[in-house]
Amino acid sequence: MTLLELAGVSVRFGGRAAVDGVDLEVAEHETVCVLGPSGSGKSTLLRVVAGLQPVSEGRVLLGGADQARVPAHRRGVGLMFQDHQLFPHRDVGGNVAFGLRMQGASRAAQQARVAELLELVGLPGAGRRPVSSLSGGEQQRVALARALAPSPRLLMLDEPLGQLDRGLRERLVVELRELFTRLGTTVLAVTHDQGEAFALADRVVVMREGRIAQAGTPLEVWQRPASEFVARFLGFDNVVPATVSDGSAVTPWGEVPVPEDSPRGDHRLLVRPAGVRLAADGLACEVESRTFRGAHVALRLRPAGGPALEAECDLAGAPAPGDRVAVAFAPSEVVVIPASQAP
Amino acid sequence: MAVPLAFFGLFFAYPVAAIVGRGLKTDAGWQLGRIGDVLAEPGIAGVLWFTAWQALASTALTLLVALPAAYVFARLDFPGKQVLRAVVTIPFVLPTVVVGTAFLALVGRGGLTQELWGVRLDTTVWAILLAHVFFNYAVVVRTVGGLWAQLDPRQEEAARVLGAGRLAAWRQVTLPALAPAVAAAAVMVFLFTFTSFGVVQILGGPSYATLEVEVYRQTAQLLDLSTAAVLTLVQFAAVAGILAVHAWTVRRRETALRLVDPARTAHPPRGTGQRLLLGGVLLTVALLIVLPLGVLVERSFDTPGGYGTGYYEALSRAGSGGGTFLVPPLEAVRNSLEYALAATGIALLVGGLAAAALTRRAGPFVRGFDALLMLPLGVSAVTVGFGFLITLDEPPLDLRTSWLLVPLAQALVGVPFVVRTMLPVLRAVDERLREAAAVLGASPLRAWREVDLPLVRRALLIAAGFAFAVSLGEFGATVFIARADRPTLPVAVARLLGRAGDLNYGQAMALSTVLMLVCAAALLVLERLRPDKTSGEF
Repeated sequence: MTLLELAGVSVRFGGRAAVDGVDLEVAEHETVCVLGPSGSGKSTLLRVVAGLQPVSEGRVLLGGADQARVPAHRRGVGLMFQDHQLFPHRDVGGNVAFGLRMQGASRAAQQARVAELLELVGLPGAGRRPVSSLSGGEQQRVALARALAPSPRLLMLDEPLGQLDRGLRERLVVELRELFTRLGTTVLAVTHDQGEAFALADRVVVMREGRIAQAGTPLEVWQRPASEFVARFLGFDNVVPATVSDGSAVTPWGEVPVPEDSPRGDHRLLVRPAGVRLAADGLACEVESRTFRGAHVALRLRPAGGPALEAECDLAGAPAPGDRVAVAFAPSEVVVIPASQAP
Repeated sequence: MAVPLAFFGLFFAYPVAAIVGRGLKTDAGWQLGRIGDVLAEPGIAGVLWFTAWQALASTALTLLVALPAAYVFARLDFPGKQVLRAVVTIPFVLPTVVVGTAFLALVGRGGLTQELWGVRLDTTVWAILLAHVFFNYAVVVRTVGGLWAQLDPRQEEAARVLGAGRLAAWRQVTLPALAPAVAAAAVMVFLFTFTSFGVVQILGGPSYATLEVEVYRQTAQLLDLSTAAVLTLVQFAAVAGILAVHAWTVRRRETALRLVDPARTAHPPRGTGQRLLLGGVLLTVALLIVLPLGVLVERSFDTPGGYGTGYYEALSRAGSGGGTFLVPPLEAVRNSLEYALAATGIALLVGGLAAAALTRRAGPFVRGFDALLMLPLGVSAVTVGFGFLITLDEPPLDLRTSWLLVPLAQALVGVPFVVRTMLPVLRAVDERLREAAAVLGASPLRAWREVDLPLVRRALLIAAGFAFAVSLGEFGATVFIARADRPTLPVAVARLLGRAGDLNYGQAMALSTVLMLVCAAALLVLERLRPDKTSGEF
């Protein structure tokens, strides 16, 4: 069942549209992640749903009910702020209990729920600690517990792990995913980190300049970016104009094999770095730089014609900068991006 | 915003307009030509010039002396800090007449400095400047120090790490954060000294007069209402000009500051520099504040028959001082406390609402309102008091016999303090904290109570302290409207001072000492009330 529905939602600041005609549905128990660079309007979208930002156009429906006249404090949604916004004058327990107090829960019920949630987020017995004594990761957990405590029907997370260090982030993202699955929480999160989005979400929505550029499962978005923007935002830089015909395409890099079902005509073409393979024969390139990436080596190649190419190869036998190599393209890693959707 | 607007319209704009109208309007219509005539008088130009430059000099001197003290009170821990904080606030709540007299006893004819070194400073401008610094020291210490104590020292540390020297870090990080508070304090001091009355009246002698003194002379002594009205208008215009400049310079609004628990930003003095600074501040306080107060107390016990409590005993007798009073002067203590409490309540209500409204909205209208709230500080209190008498005397607003009249007039002076103190802190509360509360189910009112109130409680208490203090010490307006059988302390002191004789002078000193003690007690209670920890909720 659809819990949240946005229909043609626009938010304009002066003449600029921060959110521009967005349609979005989030089903119950689903985790949707809005992914986009800063300034793409994703945080504004959360504020719209929370009722903190009035819309210029469009409707917001929660459980089928129009929220136009419902103020923020009656929407029954949870929002975890980017920088947590814990109340500095209350201790950890006071922060977590805040929403319960607003609901008028009894003191005993509050205490029980606070203890339960602190246990849940891995901070048992921290109720009396002042928030100023918390580390970044602990603050994040307390903010999560505070948002979860009143059992919101929709939990929204604004850059939930943005300020944490990498190791913690990777651990927490798994924990969050498990937690939301276990609790059956409906989650709408925004992030600029694709790794975070793909790890967390059932469905990913990529935003650009206030519009939805692509929506789909993480796999779909990863495998078939809908536009050059999405491809580049996901970190793929091997994008060139191409004229596609049967089984191959003409590009500045020469002829590139494409998958069977690719659309014909003038389009854009993406080659994922894994699809650029060192070969005995093929496009002649000079190695510009080499970056060690753990399991593989990322190469930046300067071909004889066309823009620079990113490639991946094994550690063993990786060429050094300045070396001359030849590359061939693997059709399985080539995606034709239809020109009609390429902004 | 409606309540503060109505309050100011009814109890400020209306009486002042009425009194100006009475001075400038005859049966033949408005006599605007009078304005030119009065301003053309050479004496008046001199008054204008003196008023402006002594106010400027006093403000500069006060900032110079009090800013180090603001730092010391904000950032250093030392024994007796709380008591000392109350001590420096006492001068501010003393009636100006008493401040004048205390300095007269210190540096005037037969005063302490003349006895010791043969130096006399009265009838020089130095006595006036010193008294003004004495008087306004607390304004700077409390306004600037209150914010300074809550600034996160790590901001300065961040600048130090980025390669800024100690002074550069202070200038680049702390000073900009403090600037709105410093500007607010400077404007307050300038306004007080610009409209200075009692101090100049007593210490200035015949050669120095401010606008306010001249207004009083024209109203009460020469009964020349039209000249007084013109001068009131001039003062009003000047004050409006100052406030406009102020609004223009601080258009850049207070940025959201990182406010932290003041208890954690203070530390015991470290190193020679900080100890020297602390020593210097303590010495300044001793010479500038404790000494005049000490002389005042000394005089109150200095009866003709040697030291004794004779003057105090006389205070409790009705009809003492040759029929000056219908009731024992000591009654004035109770009157004063009741009036001041009521005035504080009104000022907090009106000022709190105004500050909340100013926090939520922006735009030129709001800036104008901001400035409007400061006007009562700059308009002649004499005019306000006299205006109350002639306007609030008929139904439906016949308040002449109501005891509320006095607190209303006193609250008028208290409101600007409440707004000035609350505004920087309210504006510094992060809007997203309110939003976080809203998302968790708090209505706007509830969010204000749960988020703003606890965070600004400290500022609110300081504001209450200020409002209480100025109400207690208010003289210019109260002297006109307090009923003869219900005098306040300052009015009683002035009545005693106005009569000749050692007994009256001694009783005035004794009553001033009582007023000083009442203020000190009230302030100490406030200091106690101040929560030491911002996180003391649970």
